Amino acid sequence: MRVWKYGDDVNTDMLFPGKYTYTASTPEEILPHLLEDLDPEFAGGVREGDVILAGKNFGCGSSREQPVVGLKAAGVLAVVAKSFARIFYRAAINQGLLLIACPEAVDAWREGDAIEIDAAGGRIRVGDAAFRFPPLPRELLEIREAGGLLPFTRRRLRKERNPGGAR
Amino acid sequence: MGETFAEKVLGGKANEIVIAAPHHLLTHDNTAAIIGKIAPELAEYGVARPDLPVIVLDHVVPAASEKTAANHKRIREFAAAHGIRHFFDVGAGICHQVLVERGLARPGRIIVGSDSHTCSYGALNCFATGIDRTEAAALLLRGKTWFKVPESIRVTLRGALSPGVSAKDLVLSLIGEIGADGASYRSVEFHGDVAGLSLEERFTIANMGVEMGAKNAVFPADGITRAFLDGRGVPEEGYRAVWADPDAAYVRELAFDLGEVVPVVARPHTVDNVVPVTEEAGVRFDQFLVGTCTNGRLPDLRAAAGILRGRRVAPGTRLLVLPASKAVFEAALDEGIVADLSRAGGIVLPPGCGPCLGAHQGVLAPGERCLSTANRNFRGRMGCREAEIWLASPETVAASALTGRLTDPREVTR
Repeated sequence: MRVWKYGDDVNTDMLFPGKYTYTASTPEEILPHLLEDLDPEFAGGVREGDVILAGKNFGCGSSREQPVVGLKAAGVLAVVAKSFARIFYRAAINQGLLLIACPEAVDAWREGDAIEIDAAGGRIRVGDAAFRFPPLPRELLEIREAGGLLPFTRRRLRKERNPGGAR
Repeated sequence: MGETFAEKVLGGKANEIVIAAPHHLLTHDNTAAIIGKIAPELAEYGVARPDLPVIVLDHVVPAASEKTAANHKRIREFAAAHGIRHFFDVGAGICHQVLVERGLARPGRIIVGSDSHTCSYGALNCFATGIDRTEAAALLLRGKTWFKVPESIRVTLRGALSPGVSAKDLVLSLIGEIGADGASYRSVEFHGDVAGLSLEERFTIANMGVEMGAKNAVFPADGITRAFLDGRGVPEEGYRAVWADPDAAYVRELAFDLGEVVPVVARPHTVDNVVPVTEEAGVRFDQFLVGTCTNGRLPDLRAAAGILRGRRVAPGTRLLVLPASKAVFEAALDEGIVADLSRAGGIVLPPGCGPCLGAHQGVLAPGERCLSTANRNFRGRMGCREAEIWLASPETVAASALTGRLTDPREVTR
């Protein structure tokens, strides 16, 4: 597991440049440009299970969801930041990407520290220190547990539109 | 205890999660990607309501490549097949301006859009906020979604802006004071002497709500709102305005003396990096941009033309003019503003988003610097990682285009 550490106010243009927003939508098209203007090493170096650590207001700016789709497809385990911008936060719930807002955990990390995350229990371990983070409200946990908003919506539609019909 | 605007519109207490059905769902060129996610479901269930979507093609218009052209074509076909009532093709203008011009943003309405500057409609007392594409896809099908009722910030404005100082200077000053995340997740309400701000000025301010992290930014509905809507054929019976109770609870309260606001500039690469123009006077620029959804309306173009009329932009610089809509462009044409700006050396672009997001039209080269009336100065935003974007008012951009250097518009006399 590798930890990728970034600063405050990482915006969606840095995570995925606006000039590609209407030509790249699928994970395959997104991955080569992921974090292109923030860290040119990232797209080639990221591996399944890696964690991103960042400062405050991560994901601010545009509503484009390619950064979230890309991080999820790259297998990033979680983004741990001091705080998140709200559209990005919502997009992460909708894609099933784990975001953890925990300033103490970000401050505690030192080069070489391992990070362990217990999402269900709301616990994160950074090196020798352990921290808690609040779980998602029940209504939103349902969306993440369904695998994201679209699987959740499909299930709801089947119920709403075919009451009593086959599930 | 009274309720805030957000609590009333959404029907819940701050921090509660509620289910609500927005009046409109705005999508633009990203409609192609949105409907691509749910093709089988659209075929089976159709869209939730034909009057829910507002689709405006504006981000890469006219199409810059075969791929963007194919996207537009797919969206046109979708709009026709599903009887989408509010579809606006290439050339109508920037989505936020079009939605407002067509009288769709009405007081008390909930509007969401797969564009972060959807918060603009707070100018007309809407609860308006940006969402991601997947959320838009789910909304197209179900017509409702969850909202966390935001906590609120009250900003009280007092007095009036001085000559040469604009709403852009006010909102940049506010962002500079509270920071790019200063209103994160929150609803920002503007109280006090708002009657002195035109609808266009309120639009500029609400547009930049997201640049302080806000979920939405909102003004009360008043005579200015009613007159604007009346001019678009929307009578008062067509909406129900909502406003906070005097004893509502706020997490933060701020006061702004409008008379003390001065021309400011946001330096690269964050919108909250704000200083008075005088502090950076003399910085050289290669490109100037007047327009966008932030400052591309008639009063903005008129202010720029007032400074540039009969003069020329500095040699070796480029001035781009980007009207927010076809209606704005035509009004500017009728008033002689287009001629003034063009004769001063301006390049008038078709209404759309173009250079603001670096997709096409006015991309910067490495080492270049642009002074823009847009809402974002993020690194790489205008298509080049090694370029700088500075943000200012139309007056400051026009005054600076004359000299090629950052110039306080109050120094340019006629």
